[in-house]
Amino acid sequence: MSDDAPAPADNAGYDEWLDALADGEGYALVCPDGHGSLPPRRVCPECGAAALAEEPLAETGSVETHSVVHVAGPRFADDTPYANAIVDFGPVRLTGVLRGVEPGTDAVAIGDRVAVGVEERDTDGEPLVAFRPTDGK
Amino acid sequence: MTDVRVAGVGLTRFGSHPDRTGRDLFATAALRAFEDAGVPREDVEELNYGNFMGALAEHQGHQAPLMAEAAGVNCPATRYEEACASAGVAVREAVRTVRAGEADVALAGGMERMTNLPTDEVTEGLAIAADDLFEVRAGVTFPGAYALMATAYFDAYGGSREDLAHVAAKNHANAVPNEYAQYREEVSVEEALEAPPVAEPLHLYDACPITDGASALVIVSEEYAAENDVDAPVAVTGTGQGTDRMALADRDHLARTPAADDAADAAYADAGIGPDEVDVAEVHDCFTIAEVLALESLGLFEPGEGIGAAHDGITTADGDLPVNLSGGLKAKGHPVGATGGSQIAELTRLLRGDHPNSEHVADAEVGVAHNAGGTVASAVVHVLEVAE
Ligand SMILES: [Zn+2]
Repeated sequence: MSDDAPAPADNAGYDEWLDALADGEGYALVCPDGHGSLPPRRVCPECGAAALAEEPLAETGSVETHSVVHVAGPRFADDTPYANAIVDFGPVRLTGVLRGVEPGTDAVAIGDRVAVGVEERDTDGEPLVAFRPTDGK
Repeated sequence: MTDVRVAGVGLTRFGSHPDRTGRDLFATAALRAFEDAGVPREDVEELNYGNFMGALAEHQGHQAPLMAEAAGVNCPATRYEEACASAGVAVREAVRTVRAGEADVALAGGMERMTNLPTDEVTEGLAIAADDLFEVRAGVTFPGAYALMATAYFDAYGGSREDLAHVAAKNHANAVPNEYAQYREEVSVEEALEAPPVAEPLHLYDACPITDGASALVIVSEEYAAENDVDAPVAVTGTGQGTDRMALADRDHLARTPAADDAADAAYADAGIGPDEVDVAEVHDCFTIAEVLALESLGLFEPGEGIGAAHDGITTADGDLPVNLSGGLKAKGHPVGATGGSQIAELTRLLRGDHPNSEHVADAEVGVAHNAGGTVASAVVHVLEVAE
């Protein structure tokens, strides 16, 4: 991307969610049938229910899968190599970068517990969903 | 409902064509398809055209009328975008249109131009097939997403990088005689294992290359073929499409592709056949693990069993069920918006007997094509059968 690329658009719903996650107040949207989703949503993507309640995310989640990215786009050029993970927080799974470990296929194991927060991309300082290992494995 | 025939197929060589415009690539594929079909272009009543990232790669939106011009047809023209399944859905629309009696002749296919962009911009461009907010901003690349699926697969069912390397070696070997393939050199299992990592556990030879190319098919009704003496022995007897949640994290299962299950079920039901009748398949192996997932979604292998298919020689050229005799996306190349059309072009030639690898499927009657978008949030499956 060139230096004079337009500023990213605001993303109402997502931006508030990321701010809440950064403040330790991350949440999932949950419908009356218990389906979880992430904002912005008007209806539950599984069943169409319009009554969506904000439920706080658990303190830690369980790693479901992970990878180590060596070739990235320009927005992550200075972050490589980095580990990605999908982590189960109950009603929703989150996708983020794994920090606090050496990136490698054995940096983390499926089932490990990690905490979630918001950290900065090395490349440009933009906010990023990030996981860190917790002691209570 | 009328039956649908593939009257002609055309491809450009897949590879790097940095000096050629998208319109020239599609014009070439269309020209070859018309020559192959022996159908006059003025009979075309509809153009269904697939393209994914033309706005980024060539600064060109609104491509369908441009491609109608390039192909020399004057008819309603529509572009379909479903990421890497763009041409698959375009062909599906042509099949449905002809079946419905809305047109007797349709031109379908697609084009993608990618190598004129630097690799990091292609990486960024391909990533837009994922959820921008919850995946791309979290660092998920296209190879990275399939790496997440590969890790989940190994955890759920077992398997190893070596099993995946056998998929790469098989597809590279299949591409050697294919004059349209981007890479026509063999790659050994050892070379695949030792290649540098792209997104672990996937390494360089687990990934398809960056490719320019175009595909075109002349799709006609059975009646049109009969009335006009058009030689079109291969019929499209089944078509199906499936959709899943956009982000990988929102799927029911991280090591399966339910959208392709749905597409396959619908296509088989449409054709009135089951997976046990399939003789040959072209599947969407953008990454080696993707071929494994495709084989399982198509019902050709049980979940957890597809990983050994290449290793055990079942899906190799001389195996019981050859898969990706074209070389697949892996070695033939993956011009994203053209791929779905090229799979059906290859399968048609394999079934007609005029493909350089036809000797491996000399008695084949039924072929299946599987085309997937993104991390299989979209999937299209077609069944082709020898009708004459
Ligand atoms: Zn619901």
